[in-house]
Amino acid sequence: MDIFLTYLKVFAVGGVVCAIGQILINKTRMTSARVLVTFLLAGALLEAVGLFRYIEDFGKAGITIPITGFGKSLAAGAIEGAKEGLFQACTGGLAAVAAGLTAAIVFGFVIALISKSKPKNT
Amino acid sequence: MRMDKKEYAELVEQTAPKTKEGKTILLAFAVGGLICVIGQAISDALGALLPQFGAKNIAALTGVAMIFLGSLLTGLGVYDKIGYYAGAGSVLPITGFANSIVSPAIEYNKEGIVFGLMAKMFSIAGPVIVSGISASVLIGIVYYIIGLF
Repeated sequence: MDIFLTYLKVFAVGGVVCAIGQILINKTRMTSARVLVTFLLAGALLEAVGLFRYIEDFGKAGITIPITGFGKSLAAGAIEGAKEGLFQACTGGLAAVAAGLTAAIVFGFVIALISKSKPKNT
Repeated sequence: MRMDKKEYAELVEQTAPKTKEGKTILLAFAVGGLICVIGQAISDALGALLPQFGAKNIAALTGVAMIFLGSLLTGLGVYDKIGYYAGAGSVLPITGFANSIVSPAIEYNKEGIVFGLMAKMFSIAGPVIVSGISASVLIGIVYYIIGLF
């Protein structure tokens, strides 16, 4: 039953994050780029002030799979690097998200190359 | 029952849009939650398969897997269909970040590989990457300065 409860929490937290995003879109007519940037910075800020880990302990992938988790990794890498020196404080963020960013760019490039543009009829 | 235009406008404001807005919020909640559950399942599976990898690398690898799925589903034309109904529920998860790269890249492919595909793939991801890296440098410097005292 433990695993069921965990997944229920993941679903609830992830759902709430996305519902807040949808409310923002409905109320302010924000574009998806703005929503992504807002939640990314929110995740980075939550990590910087030390609150992110409490949400992560409870909701796990519910908060790390949304773009807030990307912001958290950036901030966490920078904070980790700051312990070693100023140089590492500046490079730590990008180093922490190197895998995800590389994947996004390379998969994006290759898949876009082999995909045909489809007419939008939604 | 008679009412003036203002009262009528208020009544419309109260009733009509809310039901539609409520539906979009509910759909965003359900789809967003479901994508996070898939992410958790992938994370748990990778953790069981590669116990020597460590929590940090498992988290990074989970992100890579989700980004691959988001890119693939966008290439197959499925993700944008989900996004039509799910709104923020498909935009905010990391799969949506992948979608924001692949979708314009495919659309502008016909304008050439360099200035079409390679340039336009960052039309949404660009602001995300620029603000994210800038914020991380700022946070790093602040933490470094705090650490000096």
